[in-house]
Amino acid sequence: MGLKRYFASRGIILFGVLMATLFLTILLVGSNMDAIMKKGVAIQVRSEIVQNKDLVAGFQSTNELDLYITGQIDQRVKNLGLDTPWYSPNRIGLSMYKIMILDFGHATFLTSDSGSTAVGDIILEKLPKTILLFTTATVIISVIGIFVGATSGSKTGSKIDKMTSSFAVISSSFPVWWVGLIMIFTFAFSYNVFPARATPLLAPDDPGYIAALLYHMTLPLITIVLIGFGTWAYLVRNFMIGILQEDYIFAKRAIGLSQRRIVYGSALRNAAPPIVTILALSLSGSLGGAIITEAVFDWPGMGRLYFEAINVMDLPVIIGTTYVLTVFFLVSIFVSDLLYGYLDPRIRTI
Amino acid sequence: MTDYTEIRAGFVKSKIGLVGAGILLCLILVSALTAVFVPIETYKQWNNPASWTAFPKSALPSWVNFFSEKKMPEHQIIDTPRTILQEGSSVFVTVQKFETDYAYDYFPNDFLFQYTAEYEGSPLLQVSVLRPDGIDLQLVSSSLPHSSHLAAYSDKIFSTNDSIRKNLVLQSSKFSYPIDGMTAKEIIFSNSAKGDVLKGRYVFSVGLAGVDSKNAFSESRFILGGKVFGLVGTDELRRDLSIGLLWGTPVALFIGVVVAVGSVVSGLVFGVYAGYKGGRTDESMMRLNDVVYALPALPFLIILSVTTSNSIFLMIGFLMIFGWVGIAKVSRSMALQIKTRQFVDAAKTMGQKDSKIIFRHIIPQIMPYALASIAISVPAAITTEAGLSFLGLGDPTFPTWGQILHDAKSHGAAARGLWWWIMPPGIMVALTGLAFVFIGNSLEVIANPKLKR
Repeated sequence: MGLKRYFASRGIILFGVLMATLFLTILLVGSNMDAIMKKGVAIQVRSEIVQNKDLVAGFQSTNELDLYITGQIDQRVKNLGLDTPWYSPNRIGLSMYKIMILDFGHATFLTSDSGSTAVGDIILEKLPKTILLFTTATVIISVIGIFVGATSGSKTGSKIDKMTSSFAVISSSFPVWWVGLIMIFTFAFSYNVFPARATPLLAPDDPGYIAALLYHMTLPLITIVLIGFGTWAYLVRNFMIGILQEDYIFAKRAIGLSQRRIVYGSALRNAAPPIVTILALSLSGSLGGAIITEAVFDWPGMGRLYFEAINVMDLPVIIGTTYVLTVFFLVSIFVSDLLYGYLDPRIRTI
Repeated sequence: MTDYTEIRAGFVKSKIGLVGAGILLCLILVSALTAVFVPIETYKQWNNPASWTAFPKSALPSWVNFFSEKKMPEHQIIDTPRTILQEGSSVFVTVQKFETDYAYDYFPNDFLFQYTAEYEGSPLLQVSVLRPDGIDLQLVSSSLPHSSHLAAYSDKIFSTNDSIRKNLVLQSSKFSYPIDGMTAKEIIFSNSAKGDVLKGRYVFSVGLAGVDSKNAFSESRFILGGKVFGLVGTDELRRDLSIGLLWGTPVALFIGVVVAVGSVVSGLVFGVYAGYKGGRTDESMMRLNDVVYALPALPFLIILSVTTSNSIFLMIGFLMIFGWVGIAKVSRSMALQIKTRQFVDAAKTMGQKDSKIIFRHIIPQIMPYALASIAISVPAAITTEAGLSFLGLGDPTFPTWGQILHDAKSHGAAARGLWWWIMPPGIMVALTGLAFVFIGNSLEVIANPKLKR
């Protein structure tokens, strides 16, 4: 199979997964969604009539008014296509098409900081913050992880190697969000160094907002890095051990190259394909994991948005956020596939 | 067949494997003891606030007293009073005496007398306390509602009751300083000369005096509200946290083990079948694998538990759906290697059925790897369940560690410094995870000797 065909088939699969996710999400929340939208229409009609005094005055009795209201509601329900059941292929197709072109509709309860109820606006406002926190964290984690992992992989059995391995095992057993609670307890309650809530109190257009945001970001960032880098170091260590046993490394040793040059020059370069792949995957994986972490720290990103949307059952937001998270996840899987295929020629023969 | 004695021998040699097995054994022991000795009612009542009213609010664990000079009062529930009957010619008196040794440096939080009395007519209820310094303080003196026939009556007397304070202020001559600004509990437990806590034996006596009729307490207890309670303390909802932690152990082990075994076994069979069959079967099965692999697990789990139900068994099923994929991939590639070996060819030429070859010849070869994967998947399942419960999506019929942490989070425990509410559940999650990771790692070394060194 050629490289192009491999990528094409991966692309098709991932697009299929995206559609399947969308379909499943709509299937799961569809019936609730319909009820909520119908309620919304009724509220809208009533409020319009209340505001329009002339119209109300024109009615003789309350019966007539009620009849008019139900007529209006029915008509709008029909216009929106809500009269056919939510599971009719037409409606599902339409909602999937709408979401695909990023038209998520309006949120039922939540609003963005600027007051917009459009789900797209809300997501656009939260997404950069999630990316800011988790990309920074992943970059720091991978730098520390590669350095520590390469060092301990080249000195197997040494003290630093044993420490890295046991730290990796122990740190991966703790849930990040629990460590987050402990960090809040330690640094916000006991020592008062960092704020307990990671949402800055300043308005987003305040000049000091960026600084405040970065200050509030410190505690979640430290927590994620602390829990994350052990696993990374352990992975890199295991790659290094495998590579350092290869013949060409022995050859380089025989020439008399220094250990440092061998580790950071040749060995690390050969460990690059899996490392880059994992980097791409963990970037997107962190977005999914963001839901709980952001809920703990109250970081104003996608994860907390998702959590809030679930708490109040704001379905358009749930669907929109799931879609965006899925797109990110799939794109990063695709990118990691591309990188792997590019960096490791063996994949083309499979 | 794989040599299981070899695995066992390798496992016994590995130190961390034994540590893991030891921790796991302890956890299993805790689960068994919990199931036997802790009444099953306690877990059913976990989320029912009415059944926890006798316990203190946000009390520290009692062992903190070992580390501080000043002792905090322990919460005491005294339900075995001495009962004395005094039968006169026309007056019938039941007296109950509740004794306590008060040796703490702080005043109690509050106290509460809870009773059910059976009487006829309208008897007089009198509560008084005999202090270590011999002073007898009258607290309550009131008659119970009239009843023309023998009936039961239940009530509670709180320390914040206004009549207690009024009665105490009337006896202010027994104190050498003004007591007007103090609360009832402070007056009762303070030194009459100085105003600090008076240590020693206090006897609270409750008398029920009726005329021409019998009366009795069918139920009564005196609760001295303290600041420390039990091994792990209590939470904001007055629940004894040790009960929740104990019941959480079997629940977590059950979830972890069932999810791990279920997903590893199905992934193993799926992957081996695909690898063994090869060709188009393999191709289409692996595409299905890719699809599930690319689904974002956590958002999906959240949506599923929000829209379907939060039953724990359903959650176990969903966790399995997302758990089998990685194992299927690896076991397929292993099956691809194994099926080229001679003994598989031999079995084929002998005319053995595919299912027999897979289960008799290929899967046993992968068994060490499968055992290691089961052990390694357990912590992931436990933390995922804890995470979902932490978001408030857990099954409310079972107390789990994640739910305790969820309650802690929603009451702001971290920012208010209630560490005993946050630390133990997380430590339990981590400890359980560690046990399985240790076991899994040592099994992995046996299954894959390359990792030794």
